[in-house]
Amino acid sequence: MTFNLFVLPFVLGLIFLFFTMIRKNRNWIRRMDPEDKQKLASGLRSAKVFLALREIFFESLLHRKMFHKNPLLGFMHMSFAFGWFLLILFGNLESRIYSGFWINPPYFPIFLKFFIHDKRVLPFEIFTVPGFFRFSMDLILMFILCGMVLAIIKRSHSKWFGLKKTTQLQFSDKVAMTCLWLIFPLRLLAESFTAGAYGYGGGFVTQHLGNVLVFIWPLSDKVVAYAFWWMYSLSLGIFFITVPYSRYMHIPTELILIFYRNFGIHPGKGSEYFSEIEVLSCPRCGVCIDVCQMNSAAGIHDIQAVYFLQSIRNQQVMESIATRCLVCGRCQEACPVGIHTDFQRIVQRESFQQLQFQDYSYLKQETTKKAEVVYFAGCMSHLTPTIPRAMKKILDTSKVDYLFMDEDRSICCGRPLMLAGKLQQARDLIEQNKNKIMDSGATTLVTSCPICYRIFMEEYHLELRVLHHTQYILELIKLGKVPLQSYHRKVVYHDPCDLGRGSGIFNEPMELLQKIADPLDTENKGVDSLCCGGSLGLLNAGTEERDKITQEALSSYLECDPELLVTACPLCKKTFAKLSPVGVMDIAELVMDAIPKDTVIERRLVL
Amino acid sequence: MKSFGYTITKDRQIDFDLNDRNVTGFINKVEPSFRLCMACGSCTGTCSAGHFTDFNIRMIHTLVQRGETKHLKKEIMKCMLCGKCQLVCPRGVNLRNLILSIHTALETYGI
Repeated sequence: MTFNLFVLPFVLGLIFLFFTMIRKNRNWIRRMDPEDKQKLASGLRSAKVFLALREIFFESLLHRKMFHKNPLLGFMHMSFAFGWFLLILFGNLESRIYSGFWINPPYFPIFLKFFIHDKRVLPFEIFTVPGFFRFSMDLILMFILCGMVLAIIKRSHSKWFGLKKTTQLQFSDKVAMTCLWLIFPLRLLAESFTAGAYGYGGGFVTQHLGNVLVFIWPLSDKVVAYAFWWMYSLSLGIFFITVPYSRYMHIPTELILIFYRNFGIHPGKGSEYFSEIEVLSCPRCGVCIDVCQMNSAAGIHDIQAVYFLQSIRNQQVMESIATRCLVCGRCQEACPVGIHTDFQRIVQRESFQQLQFQDYSYLKQETTKKAEVVYFAGCMSHLTPTIPRAMKKILDTSKVDYLFMDEDRSICCGRPLMLAGKLQQARDLIEQNKNKIMDSGATTLVTSCPICYRIFMEEYHLELRVLHHTQYILELIKLGKVPLQSYHRKVVYHDPCDLGRGSGIFNEPMELLQKIADPLDTENKGVDSLCCGGSLGLLNAGTEERDKITQEALSSYLECDPELLVTACPLCKKTFAKLSPVGVMDIAELVMDAIPKDTVIERRLVL
Repeated sequence: MKSFGYTITKDRQIDFDLNDRNVTGFINKVEPSFRLCMACGSCTGTCSAGHFTDFNIRMIHTLVQRGETKHLKKEIMKCMLCGKCQLVCPRGVNLRNLILSIHTALETYGI
């Protein structure tokens, strides 16, 4: 008979987990807005399903991103995830040989060796089907146990795994983790004792280990084996029950997240359900801790994405944690699950700002002049007047008819309000600026500020070209409108957060820089760029903490001993200039310097 | 009554007993850099909103310090939170958080 009482803990745990996931998923689908529902329905019937399955295979099972971070860390995660998957797959296939049916009770493959004792000893066992499975199952179990040993070592020696700091786990995580760690050794012992007691039926590890155990264990072996089967089933059952209350909830949720993401569903307004999926998908691996400059430079250890997401899940978000973040996007870039940590942060900030209101009725609609190109310097550029001056000279040199929209006074673009969680108030400013820009009848909008650039691209929905000045200057140079002479100055380029990671503009600034200077290579370039410390996303931190972040970034960028630190953001420039021992310049200023002195400049500003 | 063009000016002496110092206490607690201000006015000089209307952060600072919360709400609503003031502040006052904290204080004390 293929039933024994000991399978009950496993079966009950599995049923509990299964119905919890069904209930949660139904809840998410019910809260979806019609557009997302449409995407889900059409996605399920398209080839996107295969893309999602492919991503699940590479990321959830093989943990490719973890391998990129650190090979040992990747192997540890892979041995657990892929190993367990193989164990389930091979176990199911093996059980079919013995049961002869296509449908088995779910516990049958898991506890196969308890129910079936294959006495056949075959010549060249491994080349026969049962022998092959017996061999493979032991091999896979060893593979997982390797990962388990690594996981235990990682708790005390996380540095070997490329993690300077590892996550401080909460109680429920520790319980679930202990159960998870017990599952596989208990399986090994249960199978070994059974194989030892019968004298046959085990694989290359379990049979030999079983023989040794039986030899040194004087008690009745079948009883001992039975006790281990009970413990194995209990550890599985308790693990399944703790999953919804611990970090291991990421295992079932991440699969759903990957499907939704591949169907084109992204977090946005009115998608609380998606935020919930992302929060539950956080495995608390701690990769976001090391990359966070608040941790490495400012010594603040409780606000990192992992702890922040944990506080959302426990419904204990504190305003001080939500607001103490640079929103630089480094954790989002590093996250192996692809959780939109910046978005989560802003959503939570919004919940703290619900009752606050703003009144911008003093902003009257003004008539805008007509021009081909609108130049919007941005608030921050007015604090670094050399940047707008350089832009004016470049635009004049290239004989462009342009309108300097905020020369006298500027309406803020709205992103600082958004970063503070005041989304509705930001809309007021967006409306004002949008009207002004569209009234000019321009075909191109150029801005010097990456903060403005990002919100122009993401929230304004403008029907014209929006360019950051680095893109526009490069375009003018390629058209031969700006005469240049190269200076061959050794410079290092710092990618501003909102321009690089935020908007994906990496190539144009570099290409432009190569035309006028000799950029040096630096460790923290591109997506790994460091925040200057001036971020408007950081609401609740003093000058001291900001200065520490600036110092850390400066020491990294100045390692290559450049003559100049070059950036493409007025805020970064101003922040770096405060503490930098070398000069700090915007790319536009470098271009201005590179224009030969004898060039005739015609002022074409629309007045 | 015949008007000779003269009026009686109200007493301009500040009576701290009449003022609500709750907001002042709250701000001092949540944003201690508030006390660093030396009233130089750089923030007001650079203010984006100040270029359009008579929004004046230095005045807000004075009002909060004195506990004169009557006009605070109407004034504070004009801020665009762009953060220029914070960057020019020679004393390192965290002005954006100050504005947000004043909002919270006004809510907390129902002003």
